[in-house]
Order: sequence, then C-alpha cells, then structure tokens
Amino acid sequence: MQLENPEALRELYWRENRRWMLILGAIWFLMGLGCGVLWVEPLNQLQLGGFKLGFWFAQQGAIYGFIVLIFVYARVMARLEKRLGLEEPQA
Amino acid sequence: MTLTETTYWVVGASFALYILIAIRSRAGTTQEFYVAGKGIHPVANGMATAADWMSAASFISMAGLIGLSYNGYGGSVFLMGWTGGYVILAMLIAPYLRKYGKFTVPEFIGDRYYSDTARVVAVVCLIICSVTYVIGQMKGIGVAFSRFLETDYETGLFSGMVIVFFYAVLGGMKGITYTQIAQFCVLIFAYTVPAIFISLQLTGQPIPQLGLGSTLADGTYLLQKLDQTLVDLGFQEYTTSVRGSTLNMAAFTASLMIGTAGLPHVIIRFFTVPTVSAARTSAGWALVFIAILYTTAPAVAAMARLNILQTLQPEPGQYLAIEERPEWFRNWERTGLLAIEDKNGDGLIQYAADPETNELVTLDNDILVLANPEIAKLPHWVIALVAAGGLAAALSTAAGLLLAISSAISHDLLKKTFMPDISERQELMASRLAMAAAVLGAGYLGLNPPGFAAGTVALAFGLAASSLFPALLLGIFSKRVTREGAVLGMLAGLGVTLTYVFQHKGIMFIPGTQFLGDLPPNWFFGIEPNAFGVVGAMVNFAVTLGVTRITRPPPAEVQQLVEEIRVPVSSGHL
Repeated sequence: MQLENPEALRELYWRENRRWMLILGAIWFLMGLGCGVLWVEPLNQLQLGGFKLGFWFAQQGAIYGFIVLIFVYARVMARLEKRLGLEEPQA
Repeated sequence: MTLTETTYWVVGASFALYILIAIRSRAGTTQEFYVAGKGIHPVANGMATAADWMSAASFISMAGLIGLSYNGYGGSVFLMGWTGGYVILAMLIAPYLRKYGKFTVPEFIGDRYYSDTARVVAVVCLIICSVTYVIGQMKGIGVAFSRFLETDYETGLFSGMVIVFFYAVLGGMKGITYTQIAQFCVLIFAYTVPAIFISLQLTGQPIPQLGLGSTLADGTYLLQKLDQTLVDLGFQEYTTSVRGSTLNMAAFTASLMIGTAGLPHVIIRFFTVPTVSAARTSAGWALVFIAILYTTAPAVAAMARLNILQTLQPEPGQYLAIEERPEWFRNWERTGLLAIEDKNGDGLIQYAADPETNELVTLDNDILVLANPEIAKLPHWVIALVAAGGLAAALSTAAGLLLAISSAISHDLLKKTFMPDISERQELMASRLAMAAAVLGAGYLGLNPPGFAAGTVALAFGLAASSLFPALLLGIFSKRVTREGAVLGMLAGLGVTLTYVFQHKGIMFIPGTQFLGDLPPNWFFGIEPNAFGVVGAMVNFAVTLGVTRITRPPPAEVQQLVEEIRVPVSSGHL
C-alpha cells in the first residue's frame, strides 16, 4: 500500500480495528454471557458426552473460546499492520 | 521422612530458587524497576501474568467456592469472569497502554486527562484496590505456612515477607517477572498433579477436563452421579443450581470481567513486552496459562465433592460411622476446617442440606484443594507440592500488587506530582524505599487484618471495575472525554459501589453499621454486593459522558496523544 496519506492510513487502520473488535466482541458476549448464563437452560437439554451443554460452556467451553478469540484478534491485527505498513520496528 | 520434613524440603527448595533469581536479576534503572526494561518475551510475560493473576484465592479457595459454596453451576461466574476479562484486556486496554509506553496506570490517566487531580484520584483508586487485594495474599501466606509447616501464623507471614522483600526491593519488575515465571511453574505443577490422580482414580481418564465428563466405575456419568447424590441429600442439582438469579449471575460475571481488565497490577505486566503486537499475543498466552488451572478447577471441584460424599455415604442410606472416619478427616478436623456434631447420637455422620439434621457442621471451601491429595491417598511429596504451590500463588500475586502500589507512590505521587526535580537515581532509590514500605505495610495488615479483610478480593474487583476501567476505556476510545468528566466519573463509580457494599455489609465491614441488612430482598434487582461493580461502572460511564458534554474539550495535544496510542507506529515514523 502506498504511503501517500499517513492520516488516511491511520484512520483506515482504526476503522478496521474497530470492526474486528465489534465482531470478536459480539462472539465474546454470545459465548460467555450468552451460552454460559442467558441460554444455559435450553442448552442444558443437549448433552456433550457426560456434560450438559450449557454447563460445559459455563465451566469449560467459554474459556477455550476466549483463548481462541485473543489469538484470532492478535493475528488479524498483525496482518492488518503488515498490509498497511504500520508494523513496529522490532526492538 | 515425615510429611512435615518433606514439606520443609520442597518449600525450602522453591524459596532458594526465588532468592537465586532475585540475586541474578537486580534492577539498575527506573525503566528496569518499573517495566523490566520492556524486554520480556510475550510467552514469558504470559507466564508471569498468569502467576501475577492467580492468587492464593484462585489456588486454594476457588475449587471449593465452585464445588461447595456455589454448588457447581453457580460457581461458573468465577471461571468465566476471571478469564473473559483477558479478552477485554487484549482488545480494548493492553495494546494502547503499551503504545503509550510509560510506567504506570495513574500516569496514563494523569496525562490523558491533563490533570494532576485525575492522576491522584487514580492513585487513590489503585491503592484501595491493591491494598484490599494484598491483605488476602498476606493472610494466605500465613495460613499456608501454619497448616503445612506447623509454624505459627506470624512466623509464616514473616518468612513470606522476607522472601518478597528480597526480590521485589532488589529487582523491582525485573526480579518479580523472573520469580513469577518460576512461581507459575511450581503452582501449575502443584495444582495439576493431584487433579490428574483424582481424575484417574474416579474415571480412569488422566485429563481432568475430560474426566469431568466421563463415566465412573459403575458406568454412570460423574456429573449425573453427583447431581443425583446431592438431590437425594436435599441439595440443588450440581449442574444447574443458579446463584441468585440469571441477572445476578450475569452481573457478577460482567463485574469480574471488567474488574480484571481494570486491575493495575495486571495491566502493568503488559508494559514489559517489547511491542504493541507482543502485548496482544502475550495476553493470549497469559490466558492459556491461566486456563490450565481454570479448566482444571471445576474438575477438582466436582471430583472432590463427590469423593467426600462417597466417603460419608458409600451407598444411599448407609452412613459413615464416626469411629471409622479416615485419617485425613481427623487431620483436618484439628485445623477447624472440618467439624462434625452427632446431633441424633447414632454414631453415624449424616450429611444433608437441611441445617437442622446436617451433622457435618463445618466443611470449609479450602478443604477441597488442601485435603485433596490426602483424600486421594497420594504420596507425601505431592502434599508438600501443594504447600509450595499455594505459597507460590500468594507470593507472586503479592509481589505484583506491591509493585503497583510502590510505583504509584514513587513515580506518580513523588516524581510526577510533588517532587518533579528528583534525578533518576533518586527516583530508583525512592521506588525501593516505597517497595520496602509497602512490604512492611502489607505485613502489618496481614498481622492485624482490619475488619473488612474478609470480603476484600471481591471488593477489589468491584472497585477496579467501577473506578479505573471506565476511565481507561474512554481515555482510549474517546478524544472528547474531559478531565472533569473522568474525575467525577471515577469518584461516582467508586462512591456508588462502596455505598452499595457498605450499606449491606457494614461501613468498612464493621458488623452492625449496615443500614439495609445483607438480605436478598434489599438487593437492587437482586444483585448481590460482590456483583455490583458493573452497575458502578455504568454510573461512572454515565457521569463521565454527561459531564463531558458540558465541559470544554481537551486541548489539542491530548487529542494528539489519543491519536498516537491507537496506532502501533508513531506518526513521526511514517
């Protein structure tokens, strides 16, 4: 990408960042408070091995999901920075 | 070798390791003292963050809280709350504060809100959160020593202080980081080994996370058996018993999440990595290391609860005779964590939900982790390891908190506010003195815990959620928010949360001074005091945004600062 207009570039970066935050934040909310708390009763009707599914989300699944979300976010941001030439100089 | 001797060896070896690390990682500059020279690898920082984060409460009490007090599903608030916060931290807080690139959380608030008042208010919030938190750690150190090493509480506390003093005063963040990495290894090993054994014994599955969903020897699922046994005894079902209401559980989880993202001792760990992108991946690694314990804890909770139930009641209707109770049972009775009272005089122990007939009159939460190796008949070295692990958890968290406190004093109060003329060497000396004073202060509070020490860790989260988190978030995501808005917002959030907690729990937790009584009918929409941080945070947001609308916008250089922290490369580099 050309560096003609650094201001526009930085704005684009911030817009993309906010978009990813909204997407991943929504998943975060649905997975933790959604599956773990709000919809736990219907989910508990389903069984995952020896777990009721809602209970599994609340005590196991949500935590695994949170880890994935952070690494996905780190990955997309690193790519975005590379694409826009906004990578930090390695210390 | 007796158990006590083995424990002395294992704990002594772990302490020798911490001291060795302390001697090898002395800090020479303020940058090393506050942020370890910003040269920590993201995976290493993830490990250190995990140890920083997982306190005596996580290690010793959490499985018991889930398995006993919160009866299973209700305890999920801790599991989701104390892990979900890292997603917020990784996306909304840590990268931008790392880009800001200075030393402390109040420093950011002072610069962003162009005001010494904001800085000092942030220091006050930080100190209230961190001091309440550190008291719990000091008590944990004293208790772990007295239980496992058979010293008295004071000797234990004093030994812990000497160790922390050594590496925190000498090495600051640098020394703390490397000891925390060692402490993480000790504590995670100590937590998972007994869990693997107990899972193997009950289900034949060595991975506790899978064992929780496996079948027992008789072919029924472990959780199904636990549900059934508890219902027979008059308890609620383990896998579905809600804490309070759905709203209360959601508020509790949310409070712990945003409290996590607002706790200064966690945030400053992300100042130690070399780049912004390292701050993001480091948060991911931190959560990986935390999750090892946090996904094992619910397995320990359910398995240990079932073990105790089956010890007391091998078959439905058949009860354990008091005379035949096992050795571990007698051992823990001596500590007061277990107590029985033969109410109907039949010589048998009837465990039931009904307090009228229940004969297991004391069953402390901590017993689930502490007695687990003995219940599972594990060798002495495993029990000794649990002692070393509990101490590692308490020491590492205490050190992180003490650093947050001392850097707020030496950097934000002295250097930035009251004595801006001191040289770097003088500031380094001041930070060492502040650290020494903080260690002594924490020790004093551990010896003479004030009345409010009981509910403190939960309170620290509520206060971090309602005071610091909104100020940090708005400071990054809004260029318009003003100093007046932020200062009044922080005070309002802090005030509302403290008022709500005090009106139900007593002013400064002094019994008898509560004016509404700690009864669910008096709770606002049924939200318990520990879950109130999220409401305080909303008040903070509302006040901050409201006041911002009627005050003059921040000066141009502050808006420029916000622009700068949002993007990893400084604008000068483009």
